[in-house]
Parts: sequence; C-alpha cells; structure tokens
Amino acid sequence: MISKTKEGLRLDHKVIGDMVKSASSVLDMGCGSGGLLEYLVENMDVKGTGVEINEDAIYSCVEKGLSVSHGDIDSGLSDYPDRLFDYVIFNQTMQQVHKPDEAIAEALRIGKKVIIGFPNFCHITARFQLFFRGQVPITSSLPDEWYNTPNLHFLSIKDFKGFCAARGIKIEKSVFLSENRIIKFMPNLFALDAIFQISK
Amino acid sequence: MRCVAEIQCPGKLKMKKNIVTTKYYNIPKGEKFIFESGLKLVDLTIAYETYGELNEEKTNAVLLCHALSGDAHVAGYHQDDKKPGWWDEMVGSGRAFDTDKYFVICSNVIGGCKGSSGPKSQNPDTDRPYGLSFPIVTIRDMVSAQKKLVNHLGIEKLLAVCGGSMGGMQALQWAVEYPEEVVACIPIASAYKHTAQQIAFDEVGRQAIMADPEWKSGDYYGEEGGYPSRGLAVARMIGHITYMSNESMDKKFGRVLKKEKLGYDFTTEFEVEGYLRYRGDSFVKRFDANSYLYLTKAMDYFDLQKDKKLGHAFKGVGSRFLVIAFSSDWLYPAEQSKEIVKALKMNGIDVTYCEISSAYGHDAFLLEFEEQAKLIKYFLKKSFKKTEKQEQRQTLTGES
Repeated sequence: MISKTKEGLRLDHKVIGDMVKSASSVLDMGCGSGGLLEYLVENMDVKGTGVEINEDAIYSCVEKGLSVSHGDIDSGLSDYPDRLFDYVIFNQTMQQVHKPDEAIAEALRIGKKVIIGFPNFCHITARFQLFFRGQVPITSSLPDEWYNTPNLHFLSIKDFKGFCAARGIKIEKSVFLSENRIIKFMPNLFALDAIFQISK
Repeated sequence: MRCVAEIQCPGKLKMKKNIVTTKYYNIPKGEKFIFESGLKLVDLTIAYETYGELNEEKTNAVLLCHALSGDAHVAGYHQDDKKPGWWDEMVGSGRAFDTDKYFVICSNVIGGCKGSSGPKSQNPDTDRPYGLSFPIVTIRDMVSAQKKLVNHLGIEKLLAVCGGSMGGMQALQWAVEYPEEVVACIPIASAYKHTAQQIAFDEVGRQAIMADPEWKSGDYYGEEGGYPSRGLAVARMIGHITYMSNESMDKKFGRVLKKEKLGYDFTTEFEVEGYLRYRGDSFVKRFDANSYLYLTKAMDYFDLQKDKKLGHAFKGVGSRFLVIAFSSDWLYPAEQSKEIVKALKMNGIDVTYCEISSAYGHDAFLLEFEEQAKLIKYFLKKSFKKTEKQEQRQTLTGES
C-alpha cells in the first residue's frame, strides 16, 4: 500500500504527475476509480482516458467527468492507432495482465512513452520471508495471499531492467518508493514499488 | 406546452403530475422532403414533444430518439393518462436528462404511426392513406426530418442526441451526418449496421404481417376493412422473444402453467404463451402494421460504414460519445457496441463505454434506469461544461 503525502496525495500519483508533461495526452490502463487520471487532469491539464474492467469503477470515473472504456487491458490496447498518446500508464496493473511482454510492446506502439509502476517482489522483507520462513512473501506492496492475489506475474526491479535491456527498450526515468518516501540506495533491496518511464 | 396538475391519490396523498401535449410541425409549403431513395413528399408532418426550457444561448437542447415501437411521448403524462411516457424515469426534474437544466426534444420517426407522416397518413393526392405508396424510409431519412424540426426550433447545435436500439442508430447517424452539430452522442444497446441475424428476425416479422390475408398488400385502411391483427401480433411476439434473455424469461415464467395441469391440447397452457399473446394483442391496438414493415426495413437498410469501413464513417466527427451495452442483450450484443467504440478510438474520438450487467436482455435499456442514469447524468454534465467553456473562449476571441 502506497501511503499519502502530507497534502493527502498518493506518493505514486505525485511521482507519475511529475513525469508527465502538462497538457499531454494520457491513457491509463486499468485506471480503477480514476484517482490518478483525475489528479493528472486537474493538476497537469492532461487529456486523459482510461480502460477499466470493473463496472462500479466505470461509474466512479464517469462521475468524476473522466472518459473511460469498459474492458480488459490485454485486448484493450489493440483498439488504438499508433502513437495516439503521449503516455500510456500501467500503474500497479502490469503484473496483472496475461501477457506483459505483448502488452508493453502494444503500449509502446500506441504511446510515445510508457509509464509502468509495479510492486518489487525482491524487497528485503520479501526475501526474508522466502528464505527464513519458506513462505511466499506478503508485504505492504504485495498484501494478498497466494490464493486471492490479482497478480499473475512477480518481478523485481532488476528483472524489469533486464527485460528492457534485452528488447532495446530505453529507460528514461525511474523512481523507487518505500511506503512513504523515495528510495535511492539499493532499490532492488529496499524499494517496495518502482515506477519506470520507458520508450522505444 | 406544459403544466402541472395535481392528482388525487389514495390516502389523501397529492402527487404532482407533469402534463405534456404532443405538438406537430409541418414542413413549409413549397418545401420538399427528399428521401434517400430519391422519392419526394411535399406534405410532411413531424409529431414531437418538448420538456424543459431552451436557454438563451440555445446550447442545452437534447434530442431523444425512440426505438421501433416508441413515440414522441418520452416523459410526463398526457391528460387523463395513467401511465407516463416510455422513458419517464430518465427524463424530468433532477433525472438523468434533467429538465431543469436541459431542453429535451423527442419526435416520432417518419414512417411511424404516432403522429408523424407514415403509411397510415392521408395522401393529399388521393385523399386515402398512403399504404405502401409511402416512400421507403431509412434511418438517414428519420434524421433528416428531425434536423428540420430542430432547425425549426431555432437550434443550431444539439448538446446531445441519445437513443436506444433503433434510437441509437439515429443518434449515430446524427453524429456522422452533422459532425459539427452534435456535442455528445449516446447510442444505447444499438449497432452500426444490421447483421444477417437481425435482418432475419425482422423478415420473419414482416412475413407474418404480409401472410395475413387481411393485410391486402398494405391497403387495409378503410371503414369496413379488416386489419392484419394476427400477422402483426405474431410479428410482435417474435420481437418480444428477441428483446428478452433466456434468463429473464425463465425467471419470469419458467414452465409455470396457466391451468392446474397439462390439458394435452393446443390451448394456451404455459404462462409464457399467454404473456406473448397478451403482448401481441395489446400491440395491435396501438401500432400500424405497415409502419412495422417500414421501420424494420429502415433498420435492415442501416449500415453506417463508408467503403465498407466503419472507421471511415467516423472521420471528422466532432462529437464525444457515451456508448452503452447490456451484458445479456443478444439481439444487439455488446460486441457490436465494442466495434463502434474501437472505430471511434481509431479516429482519436473521445469515447466512454460501459457494458451494464443486466439479465433483462435487449429490453434492459427500458428497465435499467439507475445504471444508465448514473452514466448519462455525469456525461451530459461534462459535455455541457465543455460547451460553456467553448462559448467563453469564443466570446474572448471575438468569434461569433
């Protein structure tokens, strides 16, 4: 769980807001109730739209005045033409898609830049739980049990960097977070969450 | 024309009832209405109702388009009516189409039988009803007639065009035909073209009417003449099956019998049979058989694509869209709405899409008010805000 800043803002939303240029166009894949999109529309003046699978979340988005499309991420990306958006965002949703490699390739087709935020599976507490307890880790960024987690894929910061390097994907920006602050020292060990901005 | 009457309800409770009346617009003498087929009419009437007030800037007009069996009476009560208009739960003070904010217009489609010109209307050349000599009507023709009405009301740009089923087709046609004159387009449980299956169901309905000996090639209007009641009732029964879902029918009727036990004969035994018969018979009393032929044909002809591509049709469309589908609708399945959404996205057009989970089948758009209202209310609010912003910008830059 990513905590809020002093201003009551979610830290990851603030980090993503700082990455996004004002008045740009944004597609939020798995936008939930539209919290991030609303923040970006109000503060960064972006032209935003989202894709979301949950029906109730769609109503919340529309109530906020947001454009949103009811559907899943895996099939939703192919609906858009090349380079339509300045940014395609997957915040805490990439680990839940069926085929992340295909989704990232599609996102890099329809967006000039892609922002991906995910929980780091190799945080120190996770490593301890695996090594000493012999149990699948539960951390504040990975709060669910094995039987009810929405996550289909588990990756570390190092894994993601390796993935990008192997495919020639450029990492433009990266920010690592603990519960309430930005982590600079040994992020693959101490960061609970990572946010990357990538491009082709 | 609207007033509020007080009606006495049991238990001394007084309820306010909005009384509305249908108005009629005739195209000016000397003006011809040219149909897509090339045929012309010099005499064309459009029946319509309005709710709320048009604002000074004329930016708050919403056009609602009805489906196959609907009419201009979308909300409120006619004098002495027990039941309100067909979408009353959606239109009124504080409702999704808030008549305190918006000026709502609904007109009967041409080719219909609820006050607008159609096969039942009198042909001035012969002083007899047109019957099949009435020109074939398309969705585009319906929209052209609505455009004349909207212009007559002094409105240059509509805040929104919305409709379910055949009404959704009209909404889509509006956005494509008048790309700069519709701020928001809301097609519900609709499609951009009729598929083979949809044409097939319509054709069975038409054949049922035409096979009725009382139909007489559409020339059944006369004092002594009969009426193709059986044919029209069967057509409606078929229609009704397609408007419901297996789940909703099973829930409503199951295998419940009207009698205590099986009679081993061909009387109306199952509840569902009785219901369909009742629906068929009551439809006959309020609908013209020829109009049924004309309106189903209009839907079958409907294909919004240009060069066999839907994406090409949406090029240059300036509206924003709210597309709504229902999970159990198998007559106009969500997949058809998704195709519309994809074509809009491919053109970079602002679209919101929701598939409302419902067991009511196609009829859901006339039953699932809460969910639709939630979406439409806020979507309209945002659309209206956008026009207000645009107005301000134009005033600032000195544009008219």
